[in-house]
Parts: sequence; C-alpha cells; structure tokens
Amino acid sequence: MKLAVASGKGGTGKSMVAANIAYALSQTGPVTLIDCDVEEPDLHLFFPAPSTTCDVTVRVPVVDESACDHCGKCGAFCQYGALTVLPDRILFFPELCHSCGGCTLVCPKYAIREEPRRIGMLGISAPLPTLTLITGTLDEGSPHAVPVIKEAKTQALGGHVVIIDTAPGTSCPVVEALDGCDACILVTESTPFGLHDLQLAADVAARLGVPAGIVINRSDGKDGETLRFCIDHDLEVMLTIPFDREIAAIQSRGDLLCRERPEWQKDFSALYAKCRALAGVDT
Amino acid sequence: MKICITAQGATPDARAEERFGRAPYFIFMDSATESFEAVANPFADGAGGVGPKAAQLILDHKAAALISGLLGGNAKAVLESAGVAMYAYRSSGSVRDAFDAFRNNTLEQVK
Repeated sequence: MKLAVASGKGGTGKSMVAANIAYALSQTGPVTLIDCDVEEPDLHLFFPAPSTTCDVTVRVPVVDESACDHCGKCGAFCQYGALTVLPDRILFFPELCHSCGGCTLVCPKYAIREEPRRIGMLGISAPLPTLTLITGTLDEGSPHAVPVIKEAKTQALGGHVVIIDTAPGTSCPVVEALDGCDACILVTESTPFGLHDLQLAADVAARLGVPAGIVINRSDGKDGETLRFCIDHDLEVMLTIPFDREIAAIQSRGDLLCRERPEWQKDFSALYAKCRALAGVDT
Repeated sequence: MKICITAQGATPDARAEERFGRAPYFIFMDSATESFEAVANPFADGAGGVGPKAAQLILDHKAAALISGLLGGNAKAVLESAGVAMYAYRSSGSVRDAFDAFRNNTLEQVK
C-alpha cells in the first residue's frame, strides 16, 4: 500500500500527518517513509538518525565540437532552449535541459553523447528498527525536482507500507509524487486559503485517479465550508485535529504527537485503516 | 546595419515591448535603408527556455544590435557570445522612438 500525503496549501501539516502515521504504524510493523518535498525536506527533523547518501543524476548532452558542423538541428529540436547553435560553437544551458535525449537522436554527425549531471541526492536512514526514512533533496539552483522524486520513490519498491510526503501545491512535483499511489490524504485547515487550495489538490488527485480523503488540521471548529465541499465532492473527512496549544508545542519541538501523547496512535492507525478502505485494500 | 527592437505590434509605430523572450513581435530596422521587417515571436507563449530560443531567432536574422527592456541571463549569454550589442530602452515610446534614441546614442548598453 502506497499512501501519499498532499495538501495544496503549504503549512497545513502534511509532514506532521505523514510522520505520525509512519510512527504509529511502525509500532506494529515495518514502514517506509519517503520525503518527496525535495525542495524543503523536513521529515528528518522528526526522525534524526545517521543516513547513507547517494547522488541523483540526470543525463545531459555533451557536444564533441570536432565532429559538430553547427548545422543547428539539435537547437531547433530542443523545445526548452537548452542548446543554442552559433556559427562557430554550441551553447548549452544545463538548467533548461529536460534530459529527453532528443538532441543526441537528431544529430546527423553523431557528435552528441550524454553524461550524468548531479541535481540532488537521496538520504536513507533507519531512525527506528521498523522505520526506513528516504529523503530526497534537490540541489540549490537546480530547477527539476521530478527526477529526484522519481528516484526516491524507486528506492521503496517492494516496500510493505509506504508513506509519501509530497510538496505543497499542485504542480509537477506533486503529480509525480501522487502518481501510482493507492490513495492519498489531503491535509487542509479551517481557512479560506486552505479550502481554496484543497479544491485544486482534490481536482489533481481525481484526474490522476488516486482516491482521496481529507484531514482537517488546526481545526477551530468552524469547518462548515470545508465540510460542505467534502460532502459535495464525496470526500470523507477521515480525521480532524484541533487547534491546540499543546499539539503546536510538541510539533515545534520536533517531537511526534503520537510519541508524546500515545492516545493519538489509535487515531492515526484508524486514519491509515480508512485510507486502505479508500484504496480498496482489505485490512 | 540591422537593429532588432522588441515590440507589442507589427509596425514601427507600435509600442516598444519591455520583455525580450516573450515580446509579441521583433521589428528589424535597417539603419541604411530605413526599411523594416516585422517577425511575430513564435516563442511568446512558450513554456520555458524562450530567452535563448528568441536569441537564436535574432541571430538567424543577422541583427547587429538588440534593443529591449529586460534581458534574462541565458538570452544575454547567447547574444554576447554571438557578438550582438544589447541596449536597454525602458521608456514607454514606440519602436521608432527607441530606434531614434539608439541613433542619437542615448541608450545604455547592456553588459
């Protein structure tokens, strides 16, 4: 079972929910937690532990100038402007390259080969005997988060219970993280912004065919608008977490609600059971 | 000498456009003959990488200089490597106004 935690709006508590589900489930069996918010991974703050790392690379073109006759076919082919062909040389802009490999195919002189270029890294750690944490980190200045997310998800292949924390928003990194998941939790909050972005996120999940359920976090009890939206769109509110000073304090210390207040473990375990039902997986 | 000016419309009377890669039109003015050629920018609505693509278009038209408002780093790198002089025009006048300012040597060169 692969379960994603997404939100639309940032700061609603995705990582908090992902970390606590993972912790609660790790009390009874093995869990893999993947931080796919690669521009700002933060799950390691809840689970500090030494990690092994490896580079994430993409393939980029390298032009053999001695074989190139500057015909311009590669530059004309590239939809992203990554290759510009001048009469006497080629300019390559690595940050624009999407690693499609098209330039190597269209070159009539076979003057282009591909080489790996580092764009980020993965960290793998075992903060608990039953918990594996995989953290994807995109290098600063590197614009393409998707390959790092893809690589982080690959590392968990064959995993039993896999929890994926996504980036906020509804763009490519979120789509990549959600793709192939059995279900997703959309975390929202009792604000107009939370609801607005929840609507966008629910739309993305629906288009990807990933069944979604809702967690309302920091609820002040005035969730009428959100509840109405959920009813209208047949989305189950699976858990409501109150706006509570003690929970905020636990969270701010980098502690886990389920560890500090063990009575919450059953709530997060029940949340996971509801996600399994959403996904159509028998418990 | 051929000078390219980024424009909002297809004639020298159109307003000069501040943006480079997403300018609706490129107007190529010939300083010797006073004639012009307007080219609709095929990359104006492109998803990304429009700067270097538009720069390639300027090179293909063999312009010696470019007048625009804002140039991104990648476009600048292309034009610089190809030896195209770049000038900044940030007033709200027409293409012709920008061209006149260039001829009167009052435009700041972009380095």
